[in-house]
Amino acid sequence: MTDEVITPESQLTAMDRVRLARDPNRPGTLDYVNELLERVVELRGDRSFGDDQALIGGLGTFRGRAVVWMGHQGGTNTKENLERNFGMPRPEGFRKAKRLMQHAEKFALPIITFVDTSGADPGISSEERGQATAIAECLLQMIGTRVPIVCTVIGEGGSGGALSISLGDRMLMLENAVYAVASPEACAAILWKDAGKAAEAAATMRVTAADLQRFGMVDELIAEPIPAHEATRDTIRTVGERIEHHLAEVIASWDKDDNAAIEAMLDKRYQKYRVMGAWTTV
Amino acid sequence: MRSFFQRQGKFRPLTKTDERGMDGATIPEDLWTKCPKCGELLYTRELERNDRVCTKCSYHFRLSARERIDTLVDAGTFEEWDTEIRPTDPLEFTEPKGSYADKLVQTAKKSGENESLITGIGKINGRPIAIVVSEFSFLGASMGSVFGEKLVRAVERAIDLRIPVLTVNASGGARMHEGLFSLMQMAKTIAAFHRLGEHRLPHFSLLVDPCYGGVPASFATVADVMLAEPGALIGFAGQRVIEQVTRQKLPEGFQTAEFLLGHGMIDQIIERGNIRHTLMVLSDHYVGRPANAQTGYPRGLLAEDPVVDEVVENVRVGEEA
Ligand SMILES: [Zn+2]
Repeated sequence: MTDEVITPESQLTAMDRVRLARDPNRPGTLDYVNELLERVVELRGDRSFGDDQALIGGLGTFRGRAVVWMGHQGGTNTKENLERNFGMPRPEGFRKAKRLMQHAEKFALPIITFVDTSGADPGISSEERGQATAIAECLLQMIGTRVPIVCTVIGEGGSGGALSISLGDRMLMLENAVYAVASPEACAAILWKDAGKAAEAAATMRVTAADLQRFGMVDELIAEPIPAHEATRDTIRTVGERIEHHLAEVIASWDKDDNAAIEAMLDKRYQKYRVMGAWTTV
Repeated sequence: MRSFFQRQGKFRPLTKTDERGMDGATIPEDLWTKCPKCGELLYTRELERNDRVCTKCSYHFRLSARERIDTLVDAGTFEEWDTEIRPTDPLEFTEPKGSYADKLVQTAKKSGENESLITGIGKINGRPIAIVVSEFSFLGASMGSVFGEKLVRAVERAIDLRIPVLTVNASGGARMHEGLFSLMQMAKTIAAFHRLGEHRLPHFSLLVDPCYGGVPASFATVADVMLAEPGALIGFAGQRVIEQVTRQKLPEGFQTAEFLLGHGMIDQIIERGNIRHTLMVLSDHYVGRPANAQTGYPRGLLAEDPVVDEVVENVRVGEEA
């Protein structure tokens, strides 16, 4: 049995892209924020229990416009990874994200998000503090937030923890980013009874940006002629241009004082997700 | 997630329908069912009459979606919606045991259902309500595209009809065979419930054993009233995953309905025998029907003993009876 399945788009397998997406040197949320935004102020804490450094956010100026930004952030070394829980948010992270979305709504600030997490934290204390509810409340807030939202998957999009800050008017995805309902290892462990079959699971789950663009879940695939970790500045600059382009398009038909325009934007957002699915009728 | 499948296997209480043995002989329906909690041997017909709640220790056995609907609605009032939608295999997903397409055919044959969600309209003492019930025996009530589509259509119909929505939620996690289509059902369903809320129509969610993954991480935990059955296991991550990742011993009663109540995640734990009454009382709060001397409602907190149920025909939210 061949270990990896070649995707039609290129010579890279799905699992190659999973590895690229997880590369510790691949630019993360903070790299994008530091490069693309000015006057950045991090807003911390969920006002209830704690501050989750795996899901961070705040204010900043993007291309001359005040925005709220948020994204997942892991670490590049052991110490950072412990501080940031390997980029896996706890309930406090999702509650902070929800708070920041409400903040953006209150001041009519557009939102840009950077998606990069292996998933929500699967720990005892996260369950005690309502991990499922925290994700659900974040999603419910996001789908109805009355400001333009542009989301970009920059690395690994892991299940519900990634989805929590991925609902918006535009969904962008880097070519070597991946997005999956379960990690290839978990899928392989359950269906193949062997976590070592992750490469097969990754291929069959269709986790690449090209797959998801074909399924209509991604509005734009951002090419990575050189993998992001080897061309950090160029990748970030390109991503910045594409976010600017999409944000400008959404903002063009939005007006914070025009209720009808806001409703039209929300209706479009509703329809975007309303049509996702594959079924037949008899 | 898998520990619950195993648990269900071990506790599988009875075979309701006749099964053919190897030689074609009919194996008779089990007369007795052993309660997994207290060990009591229960007369199966007696157990069924009690909505499959142990008459000795009140352990709540799992129900199929159709058994559940029978316990909820007035006899003969349930009309099923969207039965013509069927799952497909958008990823052409193949695992060692075979293709998803084949698995769907086998699962349909085994479970007698075409998908893991049944939706429709029914009445609870005359009050119309949209009812959405997941079927755990169909691929662990994982949220595939059909689940999402049927749920959203049910919510959209409830908005048109101006009636409340009840969801009865069990799930073992994601439908990996549908990849990101499965994950996106979380977005699609939560969007529908956001709309329901905009129309000021209530969503009642009843969490039943077991409820894990994307269902509680989306629409099922942001209902206007959160209910759960006693002893139900509910959470985001499954217990085996948590044990493997954390290498810690799970606390006593971890992720039970009682644990969720203690941590402020749900409003009430409701015994199966009281659920119809609870839903009726709740519905009336949102349809603008004030309690008065004629309603038969007792004063104070929700009574343990159901009062005589009052039948009101065709009340819609926002209208007076
Ligand atoms: Zn018992």
